[in-house]
Amino acid sequence: MIAPEIREHFPILQQTINGKPLVYLDSAASAQRPVQVIEAIKRYYEHDHANVHRGVHTLGARATAAYENAREKVARFLGAASAEEIIFTRGTTSALNLVAASYARSVCGPDDEIVITPMEHHSNLIPWQQAAKATGAALKTIPLQPDGTISLADAEKVINARTKVVAITHVSNVLGVINPVEELAKIAHRNGAVLVVDGAQSTPHMKIDVRKMDCDFFAFSGHKMCGPTGIGALYGKKSLLERMEPVEFGGEMIDFVTLEDATWKDVPYRFEGGTPNIAGAVGLAAAIDFLESVGLDEIERHDREITAYALERVQQIPGIRIYGPTAHRASLITFNLDDIHPHDVATVLDTEGVAIRAGHHCCQPLMKWLGASATARASFYLYNQPDDVDRWIAALIQTKEFFGHAIG
Amino acid sequence: MQLDELYKRVIMDHYKSPRNKGTFEDDAVSVELNNPTCGDRISLQLKLKDGVVEQARFLGEGCSISMASASMMTEAVKGKTVDEALRLAEDFSSMMTGEEPDFEYEDILALSGVTKFPARIKCATLAWNALKKGILEHAKHG
Repeated sequence: MIAPEIREHFPILQQTINGKPLVYLDSAASAQRPVQVIEAIKRYYEHDHANVHRGVHTLGARATAAYENAREKVARFLGAASAEEIIFTRGTTSALNLVAASYARSVCGPDDEIVITPMEHHSNLIPWQQAAKATGAALKTIPLQPDGTISLADAEKVINARTKVVAITHVSNVLGVINPVEELAKIAHRNGAVLVVDGAQSTPHMKIDVRKMDCDFFAFSGHKMCGPTGIGALYGKKSLLERMEPVEFGGEMIDFVTLEDATWKDVPYRFEGGTPNIAGAVGLAAAIDFLESVGLDEIERHDREITAYALERVQQIPGIRIYGPTAHRASLITFNLDDIHPHDVATVLDTEGVAIRAGHHCCQPLMKWLGASATARASFYLYNQPDDVDRWIAALIQTKEFFGHAIG
Repeated sequence: MQLDELYKRVIMDHYKSPRNKGTFEDDAVSVELNNPTCGDRISLQLKLKDGVVEQARFLGEGCSISMASASMMTEAVKGKTVDEALRLAEDFSSMMTGEEPDFEYEDILALSGVTKFPARIKCATLAWNALKKGILEHAKHG
């Protein structure tokens, strides 16, 4: 496991909540930032800021270099062939919306199909619903197995020659399911479709290699991997990006403009209209440096071990219900405790300084499939230690006792 | 922050034994409301006659605070004119912003502790918003 000293890099974790040292178990919603990221943003604003790609002056050149270096870093981090395949976005949601609004709407027609799964976050569901409605394409789903996973046999049945896009999450933010994206890419390509991967929950926790995965598009957010909010990226194969029309128009993305018409810059710039989130990109690059200094393999091992420990402990609480598969799962545990509503669980935990998520996790169709109106979720990251798990377990037992007493 | 300030005995009693839970078999003003941030939902029915809320019933899914609040609301509005019921909803909102209105149905005062838990205010107000929506829509459409 990663040594507990890593917490010293995270100022926000050094505080008490309701008189108790904070235990932060909501990294799947948003991770915390190390001082290295906060300092990089501060340094950028104090020394290097100007607008990018237009200034002749020194600061303009520095800002442009910082922004483009960040793009290079993201490309290397994801294993992309070149930085031209990286489009900076506000995050996963806007990255997926870009693919749905530009690529899907140009290739789909009334006889075509878009394939998703019932475990998708709303951000990888609604853009495809809208693209299907706009083009007349049908939205198909690969069904879930009883444990919440999908089977490749089902995928083979659902994906066919009419399929133009397969969009799936790499890791489920509710079930912790890790989907077989490499195999899905093969099935999609065999049928002439592209594979779009929502990497919001995987990128913080494992080494990503988009070329090995052979996905066509891959989206992720900076804030779930220790970077700033409001920045993320879309990876797209260059040959596909070059066929896509921009969806936002304005400055930065044009080549030549008359009063009547305009032409676009090359990829990726044609998709980045307006002044971009330069400081966000700088912060994201610093987050990548931070994660790589710890080691993605080390983070993956740590997260696996802490989750295994948490699963082992939480399963011993009578009345606990865990959602999702027991093996090969990501570092989050979605659960319910007796008949206590997850909001009530989260409130009691908060009074003990333990932060967890409660609600539908932006997955209303999945909640319906689970037969739960809401669930609670604890998620773990590189700064969590076994003592955090112990505090969580103790608070859950206290919740059980409190509610058992109050309504028993 | 003490849990007892939020989960008072009377709240847990309403949660455990909700008053007026169910639906009417004959005609009633029906309204559904959900809280999209958390998935709580309430389905409220009002028996309105000559400008008076004769009875109210609800079904719902949600936390102890939202369901206890719904139970209390259906008790509090029973026999009130629609104007009085709307005023009760306003008084409840003002209690959630820290004011101290009086309630004839005193159980409601137990929910004043919710103000110390800002994330839970929306749970407490769901049923009252459904009440307002039901009355106002009925007034509009007759």
